[in-house]
Amino acid sequence: MSETARDDVRARVTAFLAEHDPATTEPLTFLRARYDAGLAWVSYPEGHGGLGLPQELQPEVDRLFARAGAPGNNVRANGIGLGMAAPTILAFGTEEQKRRFLRPLWTGEEIWCQLFSEPGAGSDLAAIATRAVRDGDGWVVNGQKVWTSGAHNSRWGILVARTNPDVPKHQGLTYFLCDMTDPGVEVRPLRQITGEAEFNEVFLTDVRVPDAHRLGAEGEGWRVANATLNNERVAIGSGGGVPRGGGMVGVVADTWRAHPERRTPELHDRLLTLWVEAEVARITGLRLRQKLKQGQPGPEGSAMKLTFARLNQRLSGLEVELLGEDGLRYSDWTFVRPDGVEFTGRDAGYRYLRAKGNSIEGGTSEILRNIVAERVLGLPSEPRVDKDIPWKELDK
Amino acid sequence: MSDLDLLFTDVEDDLRASVRALLTDRCDPASVAALYDGDRAVVAGLWKALAADLGLAGLLVPEEHGGAGASAREAGVVLEELGRFAAPVPFLTSAVVATVALADAVGPLLAELAAGEKTAALAVPLSASPYTPVPLPVRRGPDGLLHGTATSVAGALEADVLLVPVRDGATVALYAVGADAVARTPVVSLDMTRQLADVVLDGAAGEVVVADAEAALRRALLTGAALLASEQAGLAQWCLRATIAYLKERRQFGRVVGGFQALKHRLADLFTEVESGGAAARYAAVALAEGAPDAELAAAVAQSYCGELAVHAAEEAVQLHGGIGMTWEHPAHLYLKRAKADQIAFGTPGAHRAHLAGLVDLPT
Ligand SMILES: Cc1cc2nc3c(=O)[nH]c(=O)nc-3n(C[C@H](O)[C@H](O)[C@H](O)COP(=O)(O)OP(=O)(O)OC[C@H]3O[C@@H](n4cnc5c(N)ncnc54)[C@H](O)[C@@H]3O)c2cc1C
Repeated sequence: MSETARDDVRARVTAFLAEHDPATTEPLTFLRARYDAGLAWVSYPEGHGGLGLPQELQPEVDRLFARAGAPGNNVRANGIGLGMAAPTILAFGTEEQKRRFLRPLWTGEEIWCQLFSEPGAGSDLAAIATRAVRDGDGWVVNGQKVWTSGAHNSRWGILVARTNPDVPKHQGLTYFLCDMTDPGVEVRPLRQITGEAEFNEVFLTDVRVPDAHRLGAEGEGWRVANATLNNERVAIGSGGGVPRGGGMVGVVADTWRAHPERRTPELHDRLLTLWVEAEVARITGLRLRQKLKQGQPGPEGSAMKLTFARLNQRLSGLEVELLGEDGLRYSDWTFVRPDGVEFTGRDAGYRYLRAKGNSIEGGTSEILRNIVAERVLGLPSEPRVDKDIPWKELDK
Repeated sequence: MSDLDLLFTDVEDDLRASVRALLTDRCDPASVAALYDGDRAVVAGLWKALAADLGLAGLLVPEEHGGAGASAREAGVVLEELGRFAAPVPFLTSAVVATVALADAVGPLLAELAAGEKTAALAVPLSASPYTPVPLPVRRGPDGLLHGTATSVAGALEADVLLVPVRDGATVALYAVGADAVARTPVVSLDMTRQLADVVLDGAAGEVVVADAEAALRRALLTGAALLASEQAGLAQWCLRATIAYLKERRQFGRVVGGFQALKHRLADLFTEVESGGAAARYAAVALAEGAPDAELAAAVAQSYCGELAVHAAEEAVQLHGGIGMTWEHPAHLYLKRAKADQIAFGTPGAHRAHLAGLVDLPT
C-alpha cells in the first residue's frame, strides 16, 4: 500500500476533526457525519460510509478517531451487525437496502442479531425448519430460533428461513432482514454458563417480512448465509487487528505482572508458549487480511477462528490457575441480560467460562476443521446422506 | 513389594451403590444449580442423610472413637460418587480433611464428627497445598482470644466447628472454634457446589485440640489431595457418560452425531484418559489406606493427572454438547466449574508435579 494513500486518509481525518470537534459535537451527529464523510469503514464504497480504500487503513483511522476522543459506535452491542450483517448487506443488498440499513447499523442506532440456529439445526444449518411462505408482496414467517445473541437489544435480525421444502435442504433457503419489533417476534432469555443471558430463544409467529427485506434471490439463502458465516469467522478469528500483546494474552499478562507471588517456572513457561502462539496468530491474521484485501473472505478464515478459540480458552484457563486462591472466586452469578458481548471483560472466571463459547459460536471447531479439510485442503467429504433428498422427506 | 490390590471389594461396591442411590434420589441437577442463586436448601438434608444415616461422617474415624474404622479405599469410592453428582456436601472437608487433622486430637470432637453430630472445616484456603506451610493469618492475642481472617475456606458454611491453625512459638497449634464465635462471609465462588467463605475471628475463644499440629496439617492436606483425585475421576466419568449418551441421540446432517469418526476418536481418547485417571486415583487411595511407602508419590501423581483430567473431561462435555453445553439449563456447567476449582484445590497440578520431581529424582 502506498504511503500517499495513508497520508491522504490521515489528512481527511484531520480535516474532519477540525470541522467536528468531538468535545462539542453531539455523538450521534458526529457518527452520522463520520459515516457520510466515508470515514466509517474506509474499505466500503463511497456513499456507504467508505472511500473504497484498502482495509488495512482502517486500524489507523480508528486510532486517530479514538485519540481525538471521538464517540464510539457501540461495537460491544453490535458485533453481529458490524461484523456479519453489514458485509452481507454490502455484498448482496440492493442500493435501496444498503441506503436504508448500513448507516444506522454503523452508527449503532440499530443493533442487529443473527437468527440462524434452531433447536434441530446447529452445525447442520441447512436443515433449518423455520418457514417463510409468500403472501402478496411479502412473506409470513413461522418457526423457532435459538442461541440468538443480543436478540433482546436488537432492532433487526438476519434471518435464514425455508421458502421451498420440496427441494434438497441447501436449495430451499432464503435470507431475510427481520424486523425484531414485529408483534410476532417473541424473545425469551436463555441463561448461560456465566450466569447471564447473552443469548435467547426467539419464537417467530406469523411474522410479516416485506419482500423488500429479502436479501439475495429466493432460494439463494445458503450462499448468502455462507457469506455471513465466513465474515463471522474472520470477525471472531482475526481479533480485528489487536496489537501485539493485546486481547486475551494481554489480560493474562497483566495478571502475571500483578502477582509476582504466584509465579512458578511452570506457569511462566506455559504463559510464554501461549504468548508466542498469540503473536504468531496475530501475524497470521495480518497476512490473511492483506491477502483478502476488499474481497469477501473464504474458508481460510475458519483456520483463524480455530486458533483464536483455542488460544482464548487456554489463556483464560491458565489465568484462573495462575490466580490460585483468587481464581476460586467469581464476580457475580446474577441472571442479567447484558447489553453487549465482551470476551475479555469482568473477572478471570468469567473469561474462562465465556471462552468456552468461542469454539461453538459461529460454527464449532469440529465443523471448522471439516471446512478446512474439505474446502481448503480438498480432502473428500463425509458421505452426505441427505444432500439430494427434498427437505420435506428428510428424517427429522 | 507386591502390587497393591486396585479392585473394588463387594463391600465397596455395596457402599458405592448405596451412595449412588441416595444421590440419585436427593441430589438432582436443578437443586444443585440453585446453589448459584443462593438457594442452599439441598445441602443440609443431603449431608445429614449421607453423614448420619449412611454413617459416612465417621468413615475414616477409628472404631474406638465411634467411627466406621474404614480406610481411604472406601472414602475414595464415596468421593467418586460425589464427583459424579457434583454433590454439594462437606464430605471431603469434614469427613476426610478434618478427621485426619484430628486423628491425634484430645477431647470429644472427633467422636462428635464421627457420629455426624458436628461438622468441621479446616480453616485454610481450599487452594492450600500440602507442600508449603499453611498460611497462618489468625493469631492469639494477649487476651488469649483469636484474631484474624482465614480466607477461602471450603466447608466453613456447613461447619459447626472450625479448626484454626495458629502459630504457637516454634510450632503451630490447632484450635477448635465454634462457628457461632466467628463471622463467616460467604464468597461468590467459581464453584458454588463447594462454596467458600472468609472466616473472621475477632476475639474468638478457641480450644487447643492438637498442640503440635504441623505434621497433622500436612497429613490432612495430603489426604485431601490424594482423595480429591477420586472425586475428579468420578466427575470425569460423568462427563464422559453424559456426552456419549447425548451424542448417541443428537442428529445433524441426517446422522447420529456420535457416528462421525472425529467425535468417536475424541470420545475414545477421553475414555482412555478417564480409565487412567480412575486407576491413578484408586492407586493413591489404596496406597494411603495401606500406608504404602509410595503413598505420597501416588498422591502427587494422581492429583497431577486427575486435576487436568477433570477439567479436560468437563471441557469436552461442554464442547461436544454444542450450544446446549453453554447453557445454565444443562448440568455440564456445574461440572466444569467444580472441575476448574478442584484443579486449584489442595495445590495445582503444577505444584504436585514440582513436588514429584523431588520424589523421583528429576531435579530442575
Ligand atoms: C455463546 C454462543 C452464542 C451464539 N450465538 C448465536 C447467534 O447469535 N445466532 C445464531 O444463529 N446462533 C448462535 N449460536 C449457535 C451456534 O452457532 C451453534 O451452537 C453451533 O453452530 C452448534 O450447533 P448446535 O449447538 O446445534 O450443536 P450440534 O450441531 O448439535 O453439535 C454437537 C456437537 O457435535 C459436533 N458435530 C456436529 N456435526 C459434526 C460433524 N459433522 N463432524 C464432527 N463433529 C460434529 C459439534 O461440533 C458439537 O461439538 C451461538 C452459540 C453460542 C455457544
